[in-house]
Amino acid sequence: MNALHLVSRRKWAPFLWVLPVILLILFVYAYPLVSILRYSVHALQGAKQVFVGLANYRFVSKDFIFWTALRNNAILLINVPILTVIALLVAIPLYEGVKGWRFYRSVIFMPFVLPSVAIGLVFIYILQQNGLVNTVLRAAGLGMVALDWLGNPNLALPTLMAVIIWRELGFGVVLFLAAMTALPEELGEAARLDGANWFQEHLYVTIPQLKPVIRFFVVNEIISMISWVFGYVYVITGGGPGFATQVLELYIWKNAFAYRAFGVASAVAVILLTITLLIMVVGLGALFRSEEEEYV
Amino acid sequence: MSDESSGGWRPASLLGKLLSQILLVAVSLAALFPIYFVVVNAFKTKQDYLVSLLAPPLRPTLANFAEALRRGNLFVWFRNSVLVTVASVTVVTVLSSAAAFATSKMRFPGRKTLLKVLVSLMIMPPVVMVIPLFIFMVRIGWINTFPAVIVIYSGLLAPFSVYLLNSFFGSIHDEIIAASIIDGCSTFEVYRRIILPLSTPALATLVVVNSLWVWNELLISLIFLQGDQIRTLMAGLTQFQGRFSVNQPLVLAGAFLGMMPIIVLYLVGQRYFVRGLTAGAIK
Repeated sequence: MNALHLVSRRKWAPFLWVLPVILLILFVYAYPLVSILRYSVHALQGAKQVFVGLANYRFVSKDFIFWTALRNNAILLINVPILTVIALLVAIPLYEGVKGWRFYRSVIFMPFVLPSVAIGLVFIYILQQNGLVNTVLRAAGLGMVALDWLGNPNLALPTLMAVIIWRELGFGVVLFLAAMTALPEELGEAARLDGANWFQEHLYVTIPQLKPVIRFFVVNEIISMISWVFGYVYVITGGGPGFATQVLELYIWKNAFAYRAFGVASAVAVILLTITLLIMVVGLGALFRSEEEEYV
Repeated sequence: MSDESSGGWRPASLLGKLLSQILLVAVSLAALFPIYFVVVNAFKTKQDYLVSLLAPPLRPTLANFAEALRRGNLFVWFRNSVLVTVASVTVVTVLSSAAAFATSKMRFPGRKTLLKVLVSLMIMPPVVMVIPLFIFMVRIGWINTFPAVIVIYSGLLAPFSVYLLNSFFGSIHDEIIAASIIDGCSTFEVYRRIILPLSTPALATLVVVNSLWVWNELLISLIFLQGDQIRTLMAGLTQFQGRFSVNQPLVLAGAFLGMMPIIVLYLVGQRYFVRGLTAGAIK
C-alpha cells in the first residue's frame, strides 16, 4: 500500500499532492455548506447581512408554494419503486442472454446519457396539446383521450414523472445487469435442479443476491427525485401550470435568482440538504459500514 | 460483462423467449423513439413538419441550422460548451489524478478521513452550493466569466474523480512502483511514467463521464453564465425554446446539436459510459 513512503523522506510530500483538490473542495463544498447555514438566518439587504433569526424558516413554513414543492417531490418518489421493478424485469432477460442482449443493453442505456435539456425540448413537442401523441390519438379516432398532458394541472406531474422514468430506467437496467453477471451461477442452477420455475428462481435466488445494488439504486433514485430533477422541471414545465410541478430545487432557484430572496432560498436549501443527508445516513448507513473497508 | 451464454443453459421455453423479446423490443423502441423524433424533424421545413410529425424528411434541409446560425447564437453556445467542458475536465483530471496518487499509494494522516469525506460529498445537491458561490462570484466580479464555472465544475466533480481513480490506482501493484524507485524514478516520475500510463482505461472512463456531466449541466451554467454571448448550449437551448417555440423544427435542430456529440461519443466508447456511471455501486 505504501511503496512510496519508504522512499519519500519528506513527510509533507503527500499533502502537496492532495492540496489542490482539498483547496477546490474547501471552496466548492465546505465554504458554501457553512455559508448557507449563515445565510439562512440572515436577510440580505443590499450588501449588508442582517441577522433575522428563524424568520426565513417561519416564512417558508407559511408559504404554500414551499409545501406544494415538498409534496411534489414526495410524489416523485413513486417513481422509485416503478423504476426498480421495471429495471429488474428488463435486466433479467438480458442477464439470461436472450438473442441480441448487447444491442438491447446499448439502446436501453442511451436515454440516461442524453442531456435532460434536449430530452425536455423533445418531449414538449411530443406531449404538447398539438404534439405528436395527440396528433396520433386524433388520427386513430381517440380524440377524447388526446389530453393536454403538460397543460392540465392534474396531468402535468404524472407526465413529468413518465419522462423521468423514460430517462432513468436505463441506469437501473445496466446497474442490475452488471451486478447479475457477477453472481455465482451455482445457486440458480441448484434452484432449477430443485424444480424452481423461472419466476421462483429469480424472485427467491437472483433478486435476494442483488440486495446491495438494489439498495444503492433505491437510495440513489430517492436522492435524485428529491434533489436532482431541476433540469427536467425547468425545461418541460417550469414548475407549472400554476404550481402543479413545482419542486424544491426550482423553489430555491426562483427565490434566489429571480426574487433575490437569498435568505428564504438558503433556508429551503438547508431543509433540502437535511433531507438528503437523512436519506443518505438511513439508506446507505448499513451499506457504508459493510463496504468502507473495501473502498478505503 | 459476460459473454452470450451468461445465463447458462436454460430450458428452451419458446413462450418465455418470445415474451422476453417483446418486452425488450418495446422498451428499446420507447428509448429510441424521441431520438428518432429529433433526428427526422431537425432536417424538415416547418411545412413538412406540419404535414407529418413522424415521417422521415422527404426534402431534407439544413435550413434550420442556417437559421439557428443567423437568428440565434446556437453555434456560439456550442463553442462555449465545448470550451467549458474541455477546460473543466482537464483541470479535474489533472488535480484528481494527483490526489488519487497520494491517497492510493502514500501513507499520511487523514488519508482515510479524506476518502470518507469525498464519498459523502458525492451526493450533495448542487442547488445547495450555488447560492453562496453566486454571492462570492458577484463579490469578486466573476459572474459571466468562464473561469468561475470551470472552477465550480472542477470542484463539484473532484470527489467522484478522486474516488474513482483512487480505487483504480490502488489495484496497481506496489512491486512495479518499488522497482521503478530502485531504478531511480522520482515520485513525480512514478506518477507520470507508471501510474498514468497504466491507468489509461480508468482515465478514459473518468474523462467520458465527467465530460458528459459538464456538457449536460444546466443549473450552474444558467446562474453563472447569463450573457447571450457567454451561455452554454444547454442554457441557450432553454432560451431558444422560449423564443422560437412555434418553430418546432428550429428548436429540434437545437436539441439535435445538444445531443449529437453525446450520441457519437456513446457509440464510440459505450463501455466507458457504463463503467463510469455504474462506478460507486459495483466494485
